[in-house]
Amino acid sequence: MKKSKNSFWEFFASVKLALFCFFTLAFASIAGTIIPQNETAGFYIQKFGETTAEIFRLLNIPDMYHAWWFLALLSLFSINLIVCSIDRLPTVWKMVVMDNLATKVDRLEKMSPRMRYGSTQTKSGVVTKVEEILKGAGWKPKQGEREGGTLLFAQKTPWVRFGVYIVHLSILVIFGGAIIGSLFGENGSVMAREKSIISNYFDRNTSERVPLDFEIRVDDFTLSYYDTGAPKEFRSDLTVIEGGKEILQKSIVVNDPLDYKGYTFYQASYQANDTFWITIQNQNTGAREVFLARPGVEMKWQAAGITLGIINLLQPDQLGRYRLKIWFSDGKGEPSVFWLDGKTLVSVERPDTTYAFKSEQVFSTGLQVSKDPGVWPVYIGCIMMLFGLVVAFFLSHKRIWVYIYEETGKTKLLVAGSSNKNKPNFENMFNALVEKLEDNETLQLSKE
Amino acid sequence: MDSSKLLGITTFIYLFSSAIYLVMFIFRTKKIGMLATVVTIIGLLVQTAGIGMRWVESYQMGIGHAPLSNMYESLVFFSWSIVLLYLIVEFIYKNKVIGAFAVPFAFASMAYASLSPEFSSAITPLVPALQSNWLIAHVFTCFIGYAAFAVACGTGIMYLIKSRDTGDSPGSLLATLPSLKVIDDITHKIILFGFIWLSAGIISGAVWANSAWGTYWSWDPKETWSLITWFIYASALHARFTRGWGGKRIAWIAIFGFLAVIFTYYGVNFLLSGLHSYGAS
Repeated sequence: MKKSKNSFWEFFASVKLALFCFFTLAFASIAGTIIPQNETAGFYIQKFGETTAEIFRLLNIPDMYHAWWFLALLSLFSINLIVCSIDRLPTVWKMVVMDNLATKVDRLEKMSPRMRYGSTQTKSGVVTKVEEILKGAGWKPKQGEREGGTLLFAQKTPWVRFGVYIVHLSILVIFGGAIIGSLFGENGSVMAREKSIISNYFDRNTSERVPLDFEIRVDDFTLSYYDTGAPKEFRSDLTVIEGGKEILQKSIVVNDPLDYKGYTFYQASYQANDTFWITIQNQNTGAREVFLARPGVEMKWQAAGITLGIINLLQPDQLGRYRLKIWFSDGKGEPSVFWLDGKTLVSVERPDTTYAFKSEQVFSTGLQVSKDPGVWPVYIGCIMMLFGLVVAFFLSHKRIWVYIYEETGKTKLLVAGSSNKNKPNFENMFNALVEKLEDNETLQLSKE
Repeated sequence: MDSSKLLGITTFIYLFSSAIYLVMFIFRTKKIGMLATVVTIIGLLVQTAGIGMRWVESYQMGIGHAPLSNMYESLVFFSWSIVLLYLIVEFIYKNKVIGAFAVPFAFASMAYASLSPEFSSAITPLVPALQSNWLIAHVFTCFIGYAAFAVACGTGIMYLIKSRDTGDSPGSLLATLPSLKVIDDITHKIILFGFIWLSAGIISGAVWANSAWGTYWSWDPKETWSLITWFIYASALHARFTRGWGGKRIAWIAIFGFLAVIFTYYGVNFLLSGLHSYGAS
């Protein structure tokens, strides 16, 4: 990396640039939450005046988060992340893989925490015992000869030094997922009446019709309410049909969409139509007919000589209860005029027979359609980020050296440790470890 | 005894405990410190029982859901998280003065929830958009983060007060506060903790949004403000890790960051329109 360390490179690797990105992205985002997004051109002229609206238009403020300059800021942020990570990784890599047995003794003498001891035991006996104690405390010591003595070294979780780079990478992975989504993803919506078949949807941006290579039949839409009148559930019963065959059935609600062939269908909205299914059954013969009825339009059931129509409609109340006034004639006697209350069954006596009437309002369900192959990279990035943050904030690279040597016929010990963060915690652990050495009867240590 | 009574009592206990912590700090009467802790723990237990009962009551009403579904319930949970977190900090750092700067936030949250006429404390059924298991995960992660930032704001204020200490009178009011170095360390650690939970909160929100609306990020004002808050704390962490920022500057960021949290949590619902509008009731 040495030769590329020019000022240009340093600029892109700098934390200053990162802070600049944080602040500008934050400030731009604030603007985006204050200025309403994705409104019509007229809205901005009316609210902000013509000049401001024109400036907004030039800077693409009405769709700010997709404006070229906002995307440029995000790109700058990404470049900053990449360059700074490349810039720092080699040093970190060295720290992780470095041969700590090569550490110079005079460096150990400057470390904190450190302890010095003398022992009456032989050097080799001390080495074996200390190694054993380190192993007992969960360390995996390595041994090397150094400046006439023996150096024992053990470390825990050196890789946690990569933690912050895992976080940086996670952000890039999330951005990658977002880019995949915007390049290959599809998003739109469709409104479909009950009993109808969906074979395409409308793109969100272009409003163009996009065909699906399968069909979805809307079997039913149900709207239910709590006693308070608040909506309880919007449910669409859907059947996926492909090549004329019913592939799968699923009832979707707001938080439980239908997945098929990479597409996801969400319950997004609904519409109550001024049309009704009216079911009539002749109670004597059992003959039955269903009409799709609209107020004011006359309908005929030729085979039974029946004519009927909705002559009045009381719109649904808060709980979805509506009333229909029906005019009905079977050609025998006076026509019947009566109220159908919502879905309740009503029997109507006629000279020859009795008819049972039932009605149901026809709903259309609004489905949001989306296909986003970038979702999984985004999720993987999110998991990486949380993992990386925990590693970067709360785990530390802990190192312990024990240098055992002879001086004027006596065995001496130098115990030193280092941790890249959370030093007080490490010191507690270090003290517990040296206490174990001190308390050991074979070692017979005395502080020096 | 029903949940609303228990939560009402909680408000008074937190008022009482805030008062004891403040008296302890202002009049340097360390002896009542234990009383403050005991009262706070009792408050937390009563509140936990209250939240638990509210949960049970919602099932008895046939509209069972976790008590995290509206502004009232979230304020109660916010206060609960602050006290829980504060008690952990008190236990780790063995310092009770921090309570004078943290518990009042919990009291304020409870008082606002119970007294404000805007929020109804009635248990209401969940609208379809909130009927998801992600509700608990999302609200829980966000509010643990918010609570951490509230406590960090408290220690930040504490730092700024302490930093005016000239150090010449050992018996002075400010001498009872922990040393600047310790306060700085506590603030930093709590921000780290809060940052992880805020990230988890944003992520759980994104996953939930994707399962309900088909998009994990839609630049809705609430989402955007949570990101702004995230940027503020991220810049604090970077400034500290690489440029050694600490002391007053981090203390100010802890305070400004918390203002952004308050705006994300509260301001967005009332001042800006968006998908989180049900949080306003």
